[in-house]
Amino acid sequence: MTMPTYLGMPAFPRAARAAVADERLRDNLARATGTIRDRRRAAVAELDDWAALREAGRRIKDHTLRYLDHYLRLLEEKVTAAGGTVHWARDAAEANRIVADLIRATGRTEVVKVKSMATQEIGLNEALEKEGITAYETDLAELIVQLGDDRPSHILVPAIHRNRSEIRDIFRRRMPDAPPDLSDEPAELAEAARRHLRAKFLSAQVAVSGVNFAVAETGTLVVLESEGNGRMCLTLPKTLISVMGIEKVVPTWRDLEVFLQLLPRSSTAERMNPYTSAWTGVTPGDGPQEFHLVLLDNGRTSVLADEVGRQALRCIRCSACLNVCPVYARAGGHAYGSPYPGPIGAILSPQIRGIGSPVDASLPYASSLCGACLEACPVAIDIPEVLVHLRAKVVEEGPRHPLAGTAMAAAGWTLRSPRRLALAQRLASASRRLIGRRGRIRRLPGPLRAWTDSRDAPAPPPESFRAWWKRTDGGRA
Amino acid sequence: MSEPQGRRTGPDRDATGTGAPHGAPQGPRTARDEILGRIERALGRRRPPVDRAYAAIERPYRRRHHESGIVDLFAERLAHYRAVVHRVEPADLPGAVARVLTRGRYAVPAGLPAHWLAEVDPALLVHEPPTTELDALDGVVTGCAAAIAETGTIVLDHGPGQGRRALSLVPDHHLIVVTADQIAPDVPEALERLSPARPLTFVSGPSATSDIELNRVEGVHGPRTLDVIVTR
Ligand code: SF4
Repeated sequence: MTMPTYLGMPAFPRAARAAVADERLRDNLARATGTIRDRRRAAVAELDDWAALREAGRRIKDHTLRYLDHYLRLLEEKVTAAGGTVHWARDAAEANRIVADLIRATGRTEVVKVKSMATQEIGLNEALEKEGITAYETDLAELIVQLGDDRPSHILVPAIHRNRSEIRDIFRRRMPDAPPDLSDEPAELAEAARRHLRAKFLSAQVAVSGVNFAVAETGTLVVLESEGNGRMCLTLPKTLISVMGIEKVVPTWRDLEVFLQLLPRSSTAERMNPYTSAWTGVTPGDGPQEFHLVLLDNGRTSVLADEVGRQALRCIRCSACLNVCPVYARAGGHAYGSPYPGPIGAILSPQIRGIGSPVDASLPYASSLCGACLEACPVAIDIPEVLVHLRAKVVEEGPRHPLAGTAMAAAGWTLRSPRRLALAQRLASASRRLIGRRGRIRRLPGPLRAWTDSRDAPAPPPESFRAWWKRTDGGRA
Repeated sequence: MSEPQGRRTGPDRDATGTGAPHGAPQGPRTARDEILGRIERALGRRRPPVDRAYAAIERPYRRRHHESGIVDLFAERLAHYRAVVHRVEPADLPGAVARVLTRGRYAVPAGLPAHWLAEVDPALLVHEPPTTELDALDGVVTGCAAAIAETGTIVLDHGPGQGRRALSLVPDHHLIVVTADQIAPDVPEALERLSPARPLTFVSGPSATSDIELNRVEGVHGPRTLDVIVTR
């Protein structure tokens, strides 16, 4: 298993249909994503060189990926020289094994965790549980998700699908030390979480974290956060284990000047997030005295081998693409059936897991190719381009797609040529961008209607793929 | 950018795939060898030297977004996060510190300039408390290593006058003294002033969360009150 597909997860169109029908979920999502969208726009507009920063970010990431072997060797050398230990994991099982063994070696059965996409991707908490190790999530949102026996639905705000009164109910029910008269005031909810976790932090011996950036040149690891739970995890325990995808490396310390401007504004729409921690190996007398870095492949090297798909590895997990996505806003994060929801999930999960399952084969269709994600992405990942590329692959080698019997069959032989399909879809996507978008989901010609059955947005009547094909002379017009 | 040291054959050779992995044990391939091998196969062997490729990355963005009014900008941006900002003349610093430190007992790191605390009741101060005592204290006073005006950020490198990381994390109230010359206009120049060999903490306001309906709520696990004294 490379990455958990959520158990019993239906393929995207069905899961999305259920979510679209859930009015409360849709309200919570619409309110939250609408707020963050507007604030993000303002935070980005404040920097008149945003386009230049974005371009530099894209180039630094592309360069790093092109020399990934070199930078990983350099990172390993520098982390080791600074007193850390570097481990390499080919897949989820190997990474989980390494982390579990490291925790066992400390003699502890409890660890505190700070939110990490990589450890969600490998299903670390579940793997540790099987070994009798309890992992306590310490991000407020993760705590809400964990206490609610729930699944994260957003990269940055995993409990985005919960509103404040639902959160209060979860706390009252599942947090033993929550005051019985707890209100749904956000400040009171935060206070309850603070009290609940403080004892855990102060007694924690082992912490597990993710990594936002790893500087090869110096061996420095960087974690951005808001609440201070990250600082707690990175500072108080004796042993720190950080798990990072191999694409998180950047060449130099200086490169952070780009990403520390791009990431906070893109993700939380802040000039800077409340806390960023950077550490290099072990500092005598300050912080964990034992540091382990686990470098995780888990499918990334095969993403790297795909020249179109590899741009997904530039992702800095800001979640801007989720917040601007009309499909995400209606379908919600759970419909994507993976820890990576939204547009980035639609291109990352099928690449990491392969397109062998119905859910992964349907993910490249979880988009209307409106292009809003590309426009928002701080490292300019052309998500529509990768989606189209993956659709071609699904048609070529994936399982029989749930939609294969309808739109796709009608499209006939043309769909069996991935190149022609890609061309057709690219053109469609490009023309959509020219036409402009008003945040509406529109139907696309032919097979691009793919997921449209699962939503009820007002949209112009569809042109059949055949009609479109004919009118455009097979996509050449 | 620094060259790899030691036994390494240098970035150029590694990057063009001619350098064999070092220290690879005989026998079954390790995860390390396998991952690096997959990367090399994915990228192909013919790549220009890494240092030349890195140097060619264009950086047409600004080094700073503001040329003047840097201290004002810093104070304004920091206050935006609901930090409490006090601007004083250097001579008034001891008085300002004393006016902030009134609510209990405060941790003091080694190396903090003694005159900063000249007007504070010594009974309120606990010098270099052990970590186990931090939760019982009401606050902490530190200096900093640098600050960033554009983003309203203060950076601690946990050197003298700042204390180890736990000291400025566990107590609920943090007072930071920032001198005007420590404030860099923007992120790039601030990073130049910092050494990544040190543990670093970038602080932009009191601890907060956006996890409840995406609204910023101050005060979760880090210090919930952040006072900052900025000397002119
Ligand atoms: S794909 Fe781009 S916009 Fe989406 S999370 Fe990654 S970096 Fe952010």
